[in-house]
Formats: sequence, structure tokens, C-alpha cells
Amino acid sequence: MFRFVALTTLALVAAICTAASEQARRLSPDQMAKAVRTDSITVPTPGELFAALGKVGKINWSAQYRGPIPMTYSDRAQIALNLGGLIADGFIAVEAKDGQQVKNIGSDIMKLGKALGVSEQLLSRGNSINEFAEHNEWDTLQEELEATQNEVKSSMQSHADQDLIILVTLGGWIRGTQVVSGAILKNYSESAASVLRQPALVRFMQSKLNEISPELRQEPLVKHVSEQLTGIEKLVSFPEDEVPTVEDVRKINDAVGKLMTEIESKEPPK
Amino acid sequence: MRNWLVVFVSIFALSTSVVVRADTDAEVSARKDALEIAGAFSNDGFKIRDGHSCGMLKPHDRSLIAVNLYAGNQYWFSVGTVESVKKVAVAVYDETGKQMTTENYSNGEKAAAGFAPENRGQYFVAVDLIEGQEGSFCLVYSYK
Repeated sequence: MFRFVALTTLALVAAICTAASEQARRLSPDQMAKAVRTDSITVPTPGELFAALGKVGKINWSAQYRGPIPMTYSDRAQIALNLGGLIADGFIAVEAKDGQQVKNIGSDIMKLGKALGVSEQLLSRGNSINEFAEHNEWDTLQEELEATQNEVKSSMQSHADQDLIILVTLGGWIRGTQVVSGAILKNYSESAASVLRQPALVRFMQSKLNEISPELRQEPLVKHVSEQLTGIEKLVSFPEDEVPTVEDVRKINDAVGKLMTEIESKEPPK
Repeated sequence: MRNWLVVFVSIFALSTSVVVRADTDAEVSARKDALEIAGAFSNDGFKIRDGHSCGMLKPHDRSLIAVNLYAGNQYWFSVGTVESVKKVAVAVYDETGKQMTTENYSNGEKAAAGFAPENRGQYFVAVDLIEGQEGSFCLVYSYK
């Protein structure tokens, strides 16, 4: 009897110790809530998204190109959103290994950057992009595109335009999601569709949008993008063990496609 | 007089905002070390992200940084620190707070964790001060 009690006690102590050790290796909800979240590291680049998609099947990247967008926007928020979209286009051209397209997009990025008053800092980046494109240095080009995006954001900070930074990030994410959801629709597979799950990322961008100045938030395009983002967040928030169906992917593609058209358009959103 | 005051206040506000956002010398040095480690993984095809996250490490404390990762990609999270930090460790947790199995590299004040997520979503990179005094650190990551 004594032996039985001793053995049971030992087993119980071992179980408690294992549970305590397991607990110590876990983060608490409070710790996770307080984690640092920054635009420069919490938000993945379009290149990361495209790299993940490229691993689940062959993608015809050049089929994802879009026509040229206007270069004559007067609204700074719209320029910022389109600048982000163009940077995502740059990543697509790199995936397609299309040097001429990279150069064309690089030139458009410079033009929009100039409209925001950040052309001087960008000029050297533009030259590097051209040089790397000519020498087919695709990996370096990805790094250079992200560096260009960060250069734009850093310049916005020093020009007291920090509210526009999240718009550049958001523009890139919308364009990237449009391309990826479009590519998945053309050749659906469950593993490819699962890359569209990004609730925390959309929540982070929405929270950043809520922090911008009330004046900018009231601008028709920004207000519209923010409203649409709430709906898109629901579409990309499926549970971890669920895979979006073709119909789910189509809904995501329609939502981001419509938003991208409005971002590009010179007409105010309806 | 009022105009001068406005100009002065504007210049002060601008310079303050720039100073607040700029990395300190210690963070720049820590970032250089982090990039040095990340550079080694470039030989295996890893692309280094231009973004980084710098901060302070305190004894018996940890810094957590939220990242969003894609299943199918592989990642290396590299951390550099300053001299007062003698030993640092890097770990990765999923969105439920569960620690993930990582490939680890440690060289005292520099460390890295390699991770290939099975699920797409939010993860947390933990940087722990194991030995030494309070000091700056910088995290960079690379992917392929």
C-alpha cells in the first residue's frame, strides 16, 4: 500500500513538473499582446508572399502584369497607396525575371516618388535597380526594392509625412494579394490557397490606419480603403485548420481587385 | 516675433522627431553584427530583409517581436548585441504562444534561429538575455 502511494505521488510530481515546464515554454496572451509590431519587420514584403506561392506550383508571373497607371495624381494619400502597389509590381517583375519590366517599374516609382518630394534620395536607388536589372541580379533586386520602399518611408518620416507610410505598405499588400489570389484562381490548390490566411497582418494595418490624423482619415479614398479593409479582414481570417475554397479565393480577389481599381482611378471612390 | 517662434518650434519638432526615430550608435553596431550573421545565410540563398527591429535587453527579461510568416518559406532570425550583453538566445513562438522547434546558432553575444513554418500566420521572435548586463540588440531576418 505504502509503495503504491509513493509511486502515485512520484508520478503526480513528475506530471506537475512537466506541465510547469511546458507552461514556462509558452508565451502568455499578455506577453503576445505587448510584442513589438513595426511596419518594417511585422509586415512581410510582397517578395516573401510570392516566394511562398512559387513553392507550391509554377506561376506565370508575367501574366500578372497590369497596364500602366496614371503618374499625375495630386492627392498625396493616393500617390502613397499607388507607390506601394508599384513596389509590389517590381517584385512581380523580379519573379518573372523580366529586366525591362523591372526598369519600367523602377522609372514609375521614381516619378511617383518625385511627386511626393522624395526623388533625391531615390535617384541612387533607381540607378541601382537599373544596373541590377541589366545584370540579372534577381536576389539583389528584391533586396533593393525593399530598400527603395524603406527609403521612401524614411523620407516620409523626415518630411513629417509619417501618416502616409502605412498607406505605402497597404498599397503593396493590396496589390500583392490581388496578384496572389488571381494566380491561385488560375490554378487552384489547397496548399496555394492557404497562403491567403493573414488575419493578424490585416489587423495590424487596420490599427495603423486608425492611428493616422483625423484629417487624412476623412479623405474619401483613405476612408473608403479603411472601410473596405474591414470586409477584407473577414475574408482572410479563416481558421488555421481550414483552407479557403475556390469561391473564397474568388471573393478575396474580387474585393482587393475592386479596391486596387479605385486606388488607381483618378475619379473619387463611389 | 511670433513668426520666429513658429519657425523655431517647427525646427525643434522636426529635429526631435528625426532623433526619436533614428537608431542609436549601439543599435547601429548591433545591427551590423546581426547583418554579419544573416550574411552567412545568404550563401544558402536567403534574402536579407531591409527592415530591422532594435531595442534594449534587460537581465531576466525578454523582447518579443511579432512577424508574419508564410508556410513553405524558410527563415533565419539573426540577432546582434553590444558588449555589455555576454550571451543572447533567439526563439520562435506561434500565435498560440507555443514554442517552435528551431535550428539554433549561438556565438555568445550573437545568435540566430532558423525556422520553417508549417502554417502561415503570426509568430513571435523572442530575444532573451542569458548572461551580461542591460544593452542594445538588433534583429534582422532573412528568408528563402
